[in-house]
Amino acid sequence: MNLYVLLKRTFDTEEKISISGGRIQEDGAEFIINPYDEYAVEEAIQLRDEHGGEVTVITVGSDESEKQLRTALAMGADKAVLINSEEDLDEGDQYTTAKILTQYLKDKEVDLILAGNVAIDGGSGQVGPRVAEGLGIPYVTTITDIEVNGSDVSITRDVEGDSEKISTSLPLLVTCQQGLNEPRYPSLPGIMKAKKKPLEELELDDLDLEEADVASKTKTIDIFMPPEKAAGRVLEGDLSDQVKELAGLLRSEAKVI
Amino acid sequence: MSRKVIVLGETREGQLRNVSFEAIAAGKTAAQGGEVLGVLIGDSVQSLAQEMIQYGADRVLTVENEKLGHYTSDGFAQALLAVIEQEQPDGILFGHTALGKDLSPKIAAKLGTGLISDATSISEENGDVLFTRPIYSGKAFEKIMVEDGLLFATIRPNNIEPLQKDDTRSGDVSSVSASISDLRTIIQDVVRKSTDGVDLSEAKVIIAGGRGVKSGEGFQPLKELANVLGGAVGASRGACDADYCDYSLQIGQTGKVVTPDLYIACGISGAIQHLAGMSNSKVIVAINKDPEAEIFKVADYGIVGDLFEVVPMLTEEFKKVKAGSL
Repeated sequence: MNLYVLLKRTFDTEEKISISGGRIQEDGAEFIINPYDEYAVEEAIQLRDEHGGEVTVITVGSDESEKQLRTALAMGADKAVLINSEEDLDEGDQYTTAKILTQYLKDKEVDLILAGNVAIDGGSGQVGPRVAEGLGIPYVTTITDIEVNGSDVSITRDVEGDSEKISTSLPLLVTCQQGLNEPRYPSLPGIMKAKKKPLEELELDDLDLEEADVASKTKTIDIFMPPEKAAGRVLEGDLSDQVKELAGLLRSEAKVI
Repeated sequence: MSRKVIVLGETREGQLRNVSFEAIAAGKTAAQGGEVLGVLIGDSVQSLAQEMIQYGADRVLTVENEKLGHYTSDGFAQALLAVIEQEQPDGILFGHTALGKDLSPKIAAKLGTGLISDATSISEENGDVLFTRPIYSGKAFEKIMVEDGLLFATIRPNNIEPLQKDDTRSGDVSSVSASISDLRTIIQDVVRKSTDGVDLSEAKVIIAGGRGVKSGEGFQPLKELANVLGGAVGASRGACDADYCDYSLQIGQTGKVVTPDLYIACGISGAIQHLAGMSNSKVIVAINKDPEAEIFKVADYGIVGDLFEVVPMLTEEFKKVKAGSL
């Protein structure tokens, strides 16, 4: 099987966010593989181990994304591709990223593409389905189980807490939801091996793309922090009085019940 | 500039979802005096058209086909593209629901347009339509617009006030025919896990449990409280990782981002990753044994105490309050 994983480098979930000069401040922040993309990497490795083939992880990013690609290689992916758009593009949106990935994938022999269902930074969840549509292949989002049998695929997907059982076939794109698997930690031998695994670096030029082909369709005008919440009230007194007071406050002051 | 805006009406168990009415209200802002067109897709949806009009749609188009009884991206895309082809809209709005998240990028890719996902507010400034949306799971927000071309966005449930229902409004309801073929994903079965039908992302009240609930059974008092308040039960990553509950209940930066009217956090310490998913709730109540817990910093009201003591007392108290209000 030819397995491809779409991966994004994101802020660590434990990072606090601050803004300076209208941008999210990145200095000193820890970066990780987007957690949902980790499920995609893990599932691709398991499917390869079961059915044979090769796992290629791809990202659109900058030099700094190499670290996350190497982590995926250390987990067990076979090859990595870094499409470095840093010099060509100031800004990109989901249209941009999907267009670049589609262009890279369109002449590849693809069986299954796996992606996270959403990135925890931008939070749009668009790129996976956009790439599938661009390649003319079906997709299933927020999967929690997948079984491949020849070209037949059985999937369970999470739909707002309910599960849908779906049958479809390869070639296919799926986006991964929590609960699909437990991503492994890279082992020490894995980390050593990853250093020697192939990591191809491409620029837009190599994909015959001009800046104008992938220009954003949306424009961010402002980035701001949510209003600070004033510290609340911790109630005091007898527990039973506190409970009565709380019910009263929610009714008369907060007016939410 | 006035615009023609399409709003996709979404159903759950045969009823229109609130987010569809919220999207109609957003559609009014986007249309700038132009037409708001409701669209209903399914095997039998005609009867819901009037309600979309009562909530502000000027006209409703239905696409009915036996193959559209269950949502599939291929089927619904074909139906919606037939409507788009006929109406040539300037804007499209969906709810940011499982369906909206799944379908909108496909339509945007097909049309080669931008898409603003998960908008929490919409406004108009000098003719431009601006959306606000959370980034980093609500740790920050961005104000964003479409550069040019189609105005396409999905609207997060529970954030935009729907218009007042007006029973006297009337409007044209007509059907659009679409050939639905070649569905590449087939739904074999749907297993309902959410017991009471209150979906987390749309719930007005959420009772969430953390590591402090200690076990799967520990969620029982939370469920009872949720029942009394007509709410849904959620959980922190800690509780999910410890296997006390299903991952579909997880609220946080990984998991769902929710903005209910009332969020009651029980035995949740308040890790940054959890706060990202719930700190924009309108009113937050924290119940925790540890008075130093981070959760108290974002809570409007806090009770320092054992959730197994406090939650059942609250349930009883709310029962009384509810009974008294009838």
